[in-house]
Amino acid sequence: MYDGGKIIFGLIIFIALVTLPFTLSIGKEYIKANPKIDTPEIMKLPEAERKCVESKDFMRKEHMKMLIEWRDAVVRDGKTLYVNSQGKTFNMSLQNTCMQCHSNKSKFCDECHNYVKVKPYCWDCHIEPKENIKKEAAL
Amino acid sequence: MSNINRREFLKILGIGTFMGLGGWSMFEVVGKGEIEAFAEKYKKVPEALQAKRWAMVIDLKKLDQKIIHDCTEVCHRIHNVPKILNPKEEIKWIWEEKFKNAFPEMKDDYMSPEIKNMPVLVLCNHCENPPCVRVCPTKATFKRKDGIVMMDMHRCIGCRFCMAGCPYGARSFNWKDPRQYIKNENPEFPFRMRGVVEKCTFCYERIDRGLPPACVEASNGAIMYGDITDPNSEIRKILSSNFAIRRKAKLGTKPSVYYLL
Repeated sequence: MYDGGKIIFGLIIFIALVTLPFTLSIGKEYIKANPKIDTPEIMKLPEAERKCVESKDFMRKEHMKMLIEWRDAVVRDGKTLYVNSQGKTFNMSLQNTCMQCHSNKSKFCDECHNYVKVKPYCWDCHIEPKENIKKEAAL
Repeated sequence: MSNINRREFLKILGIGTFMGLGGWSMFEVVGKGEIEAFAEKYKKVPEALQAKRWAMVIDLKKLDQKIIHDCTEVCHRIHNVPKILNPKEEIKWIWEEKFKNAFPEMKDDYMSPEIKNMPVLVLCNHCENPPCVRVCPTKATFKRKDGIVMMDMHRCIGCRFCMAGCPYGARSFNWKDPRQYIKNENPEFPFRMRGVVEKCTFCYERIDRGLPPACVEASNGAIMYGDITDPNSEIRKILSSNFAIRRKAKLGTKPSVYYLL
């Protein structure tokens, strides 16, 4: 093999670079996203009524699509009521419905969004619940 | 049936095909019904106000400084409109203008100074033929079925074509993040972000909940609203018995805000 040493040296550098994301994370603590749904607003409800607009599984997979459909229905068609699969109706509003129960944006929204590194632009305009102020008031 | 001839065979085949087609269309109709039932998951609030075309009548004789202040204040407060003092960057949904500026085509050398400088409340005219909607490249601004010219802030890219198109200056551009200019936010309504255009939305969020626009409520009777296509509506009665003018009506935008002198 001509220039074998150089090729093998180059290969070693190449492999080291390609595996860098894995080697760098060795020994680092693996933090799993752990969203919390134990806000005071939810805990206040009787156990049987602690339900989101749709099932947990559906919300986990489809909440982004659902929010976009809600947005279009409210802004474009002036339809503000959502009838869920059980026939219950809800006011379609991120600020006034979702976040009334999920008042813990940092532990509910951000936890997973940071984990998967997505940055939805909801909060550029929509007003997030005031978590810190509430905590101070409680103290 | 074993000795069926060619002619009979074709007849049966034809009838069979015809029935089959009918059956298929039946299937389609049922399918459509199901789709409509599916779409029913989004509904209007039963008490939501309905109209074919919303319009407003502003009685200039009844306007005074207090009413003008109350109307602008309540509108800007409930819609989280920032108070920016620099006139190049200010945001306004409803504001005061002098008569000579609100109605420039009526300016006359011999018009009395009282009328020239009479305060006029101006806002988006919710035109029947809105130039802002025609020029918007993303359909961020659009006309609702009830005539309200709406903004979908999610789609606005801040190109400001609509501002160039609007002959009334009813649109404002957010040069800065508006949050820092809002002291008492209304937690039920969103802010806007830097780089979008905003304007009066005829209080669509109140109309859809069955409430009149906030300025109508705060105006102490100086502003009236209603469905202009309904001959029995309050505003149609007012318009049929009073002389009313519209801003720059000759441009053909067909504004929906009428002024009584």
